[in-house]
Amino acid sequence: MSSRSSGALKRRLAVGVLVLLSLVLVTLSFGSGEDGSLSRVQSAGASALRPFAVGAERVAQPFRDAYGWVDGLVGARSEAERLRAEVRELRQRAIQSEFALQENEYLRRLLRYLDGPRFPDDFDPVAAEVIGRPAGAFAQAIVVSAGSRDGVVAQDPVVTADGLVGIVTRVSRGTARVQLLTDQEAAVSAVDLRTGAEGIVLHARGTRETLVLDRVRKQDVVRLGDEVVTAGWSTAGLTSLYPKGIPIGKVTSVGQTDTDLFQQVQVDPYVDFGGLDAVLVLVPKERTP
Amino acid sequence: MSGGGVARASGVVFAGALLQAVIVSSLVVGGGSPDLLLLVVISLGLLRGSIPGAVAGFAGGLVVDLLTLDTLGVTSLVLTLAGFWAGRYGETTARGRRLPPLLAAAVLTILAGVFALVLHYMLGYELDARQALLTALPPAVVANVLLALPVHALVRWAVRERELEPATEVEVVV
Repeated sequence: MSSRSSGALKRRLAVGVLVLLSLVLVTLSFGSGEDGSLSRVQSAGASALRPFAVGAERVAQPFRDAYGWVDGLVGARSEAERLRAEVRELRQRAIQSEFALQENEYLRRLLRYLDGPRFPDDFDPVAAEVIGRPAGAFAQAIVVSAGSRDGVVAQDPVVTADGLVGIVTRVSRGTARVQLLTDQEAAVSAVDLRTGAEGIVLHARGTRETLVLDRVRKQDVVRLGDEVVTAGWSTAGLTSLYPKGIPIGKVTSVGQTDTDLFQQVQVDPYVDFGGLDAVLVLVPKERTP
Repeated sequence: MSGGGVARASGVVFAGALLQAVIVSSLVVGGGSPDLLLLVVISLGLLRGSIPGAVAGFAGGLVVDLLTLDTLGVTSLVLTLAGFWAGRYGETTARGRRLPPLLAAAVLTILAGVFALVLHYMLGYELDARQALLTALPPAVVANVLLALPVHALVRWAVRERELEPATEVEVVV
């Protein structure tokens, strides 16, 4: 066999083995549940890599803030006078002190939220730093620095002082993956706080951070500016994953057609999903088995 | 590749995966975000060949899937094929040319995006193909093309080994 054809064979063999290995991993990972052996291996791997992720996150924070600051400036050019005033105010401050102030304020708001009446009584808060964001346009998710050792389990709700962020979908010992409300698979029972109109908050297709309140009956009244909060239902031994009354967003448009069964209600979320630095995982005080 | 070269390439892939999972994927510009790890894998493929490219893609994808608690193997599969393709391109057509990183970044960002979409669809994920392909992919392609040359230069410097030699001319005597 010539060296050229043996080189080609070697190449094909190498890539074939790697592709096969990837497919085996996908199959095992997809097939194994939360307690599967591969999940444990993945959990151990994630725990081992966690210090690197945390370190990189901390090193990157000033750059991320600078990027956010520049991004905010670009966005502000097309917005109203309020944002221009905000930009002028931002320019007056030194960038580094601004970062410190923002972080301080964010944490204070979380503390106020914890001590305030809006925080659900049946839950303990677990504060967690955002340490990763899965790549690609397929999943709207974050990875936070709290895991099973902090009492976090899958399906625990996640909030900030602004409102609902999402729900925990996977947990390792020291980290957890949180599915954001803007993910295609996220769905939350919600009510219009003013009128009590019920519906389900879903991600609006074709957008990145807009939500819709779906399944609102035509006879129910929903108006622009109404606040949408979690419904937190409980029936026949079943309870909603989300506690009652967590703010989700504000109604920005309401429409209906003769052919549709339900109203079309668009909701602007209170949470800035692109700018999350820290969140609170709500751990139930008493877990139902 | 020498032992030192392997160590340096591993470091570059690990750093690329770490930065991608922790920082770069959150830098959304115009609806899409750059893929630093894909660019690193492409560069390693172009510089070192198809097998190192595929191995770099597999390893980098594994680190990202571990860090993000994603389904293990999905990113590895996409990046293995991307690294292999970039390597074959580097070993054949791209030899001696100046702009392979740009072309490879543009083509592979599109192919990897479409392949990842199909893969996620086959795994049963709820997807918005329009958002993924029309809203997120074009800005990601632009961002990757803009970053391709700086990342390639950085990877070449970090790996500190010469690029693949241009193909020597062969005279056929009949």
